[in-house]
Amino acid sequence: MAIRERLSGNEAVALAIKQINPDVMPAFPITPSTEIPQYVANYIANGQMDTEFIPVESEHSSMSATVGASAAGARALTATSSCGMALMWEELYVAASNRLPLALTLVNRALSGPININCDHSDSMGARDSGWLQIYAENNQEAYDNMIQAFRISEHKDVLLPIMICQDGFITSHAVENIELLEDDVVKAFVGEYQPEHYLLNPEEPMAVGPYAVSNYYMETKMGQRTAMNHARQVILDVAEEFAAISGRHYGFFEEYHLEDADYAVLIIGSAAGTCKDAVDALRANGKKVGLLKLRVFRPFPAVEIAAALAHCKSVAIMDRSDSFSGNGGPLGAEVSQALYNARSNVLSVNYIYGLGGRDIRVEDFEDIYSRLETIAETGTVVDQYDYIGLRK
Amino acid sequence: MATTYNFKEEMNKPERLAPGHRMCAGCGGTIAVRAVLRALHEGDKAVIGNATGCLEVSSFMYPYTAWQDSYIHNAFENAGATLSGVETAYHVLKKKGKLDDTYKFITFGGDGGTYDIGLQSLSGAMERGHDLVYVCYDNGAYMNTGIQRSSATPKFADTTTTPVGTQSNGKLQGRKDLAAIIAAHNVAYVGQSTFLGNFKDLHTKAETAIYTTGPAFLNIMAPCPRGWGYEASDIMDICKMAVETCYWPLFEVIEGKWILNYEPKKKLPIEDFLRSQSRFKHLFKPENAELIEQFQEEVNRRWETLQYNCSRN
Repeated sequence: MAIRERLSGNEAVALAIKQINPDVMPAFPITPSTEIPQYVANYIANGQMDTEFIPVESEHSSMSATVGASAAGARALTATSSCGMALMWEELYVAASNRLPLALTLVNRALSGPININCDHSDSMGARDSGWLQIYAENNQEAYDNMIQAFRISEHKDVLLPIMICQDGFITSHAVENIELLEDDVVKAFVGEYQPEHYLLNPEEPMAVGPYAVSNYYMETKMGQRTAMNHARQVILDVAEEFAAISGRHYGFFEEYHLEDADYAVLIIGSAAGTCKDAVDALRANGKKVGLLKLRVFRPFPAVEIAAALAHCKSVAIMDRSDSFSGNGGPLGAEVSQALYNARSNVLSVNYIYGLGGRDIRVEDFEDIYSRLETIAETGTVVDQYDYIGLRK
Repeated sequence: MATTYNFKEEMNKPERLAPGHRMCAGCGGTIAVRAVLRALHEGDKAVIGNATGCLEVSSFMYPYTAWQDSYIHNAFENAGATLSGVETAYHVLKKKGKLDDTYKFITFGGDGGTYDIGLQSLSGAMERGHDLVYVCYDNGAYMNTGIQRSSATPKFADTTTTPVGTQSNGKLQGRKDLAAIIAAHNVAYVGQSTFLGNFKDLHTKAETAIYTTGPAFLNIMAPCPRGWGYEASDIMDICKMAVETCYWPLFEVIEGKWILNYEPKKKLPIEDFLRSQSRFKHLFKPENAELIEQFQEEVNRRWETLQYNCSRN
């Protein structure tokens, strides 16, 4: 029987970690993810988990120790945000190239500077090329559900890649919402025992991890990572289907909200999708054919599926909660545009940057965006292809 | 703990670092590794950690490894944290009944990875009390990247980032005292050693470090023929002179107690250590006699501090 609760995103993810009961969790505090290791430490202090917590002296060490624990044969994860993740940078690549199926629960927060503790996606988007799987949540329920699916995806023998489970700082991590939880034994059965094939602490087979690879070998390791990332597509869908069977909640690469017959679409990641849904509801009540594509899986990037889902639209606003400073758009803008181009799509697209450093985006902002999309479609002309939304006047 | 030390027996043990690696002839790093690993008891397994450096890139070049034990290299600055994770995983797997065997955890780093870029990670691992041994093979510079100064480089040494020139006499600063810094963490065991005679000093310290529960640190002076500029066959003489001049004293710190392991009957002048190394050759110009005096004063001052620390027991 599902359990009805009211939890913040951090509480929900911490509870998922408790139910997964992993072997090792090194972590270092950083707002707004600090609560996650705090809750875990409390569960351990009260005998509710078998996990060993390592209170490391930095985020570089938290990811380094997670890499060590995972290579040793343990199911391991850590938590962080923003600059903490930036400090882990080097280790993100090491984890991925060593093909370690470890997890990072990331509470998205703006990178410095100026220092800012609120939500944007500059931390995880900056790590988009590090070889990690990335799954994003709109709310606490999705953060919890994604966390429960995480190790099933990353540990799959065809994948063996680290996984990042992202939720929006404060908006999701600290807001308390209704949630439906699974029972402990259901989660335990779903996640299963971790049985690595090769690991340092295997008495039958010593193993060496982290070689120096010269040009003769380096490139094949990258191809291996790419192949694994491609395999992850089907695994993510299969795990989601199994998860639906125990939870009744269905997940894919993305959620389509009134998208099927929409002329004007917004493509967005994370909590702002909830705000956008309100705008869609309001505009639909007025007969406007508007819709939303909420991206859940950013790595691997479902380019073909996105292009197909938007194929019938007249115009789309690709919403980025971080800027790449390429001078040519945000990260999502670049990748979705490429997907549309490769699919020979006729949909006109704009790329809007919003919500940096926790700047609010309101229902009215989305209504305005849909109105811009309508104008673009009517005139066939894209003005301000790359624009910031909600700047101070 | 072994009761007697038999050099011949020790040398006949199977090597845990296999030949065929690409380290230089006359390298102190591999001598340190082999000496430490000989202290592992037969039947005990180990996971070896390694900071990035000569040792790593020369001993585990894909697809070959020289390591007979499980081995992990992660990055330059995080050998302490990496092995913390491995050691913690061991305890969990033991606790969960997934593992019966006994494992020991030993990590190697050069002075670059230990004194400098990896100091924070090492400090964290020591402070948290992980049951592991961190071994610094100290050759007093970043040798892997081509002999750049480190905080372990001795004063006046000629390195590629403290080059001797018309306006420079080499490195301006003295060495960081890392053994004392780690001792100040109140860890279970700190030992300083180098290659001497039948290797009993190093062997005993390695064995103590490995078989003492809790964090242990070994600081091993491990000369580098390229960086120091000596004939490969002179390495044992250089180590002996380092100890006889009190440049590199042999000591231990056990649960905060300082123990001096060797006091030369006649402390030799520092020139006897400096003379055979080309990194110090500028000091022997007549106009630089004063620099050698300065070097000697620094050695004396540190030796007296060590004697004082050891006298307080």
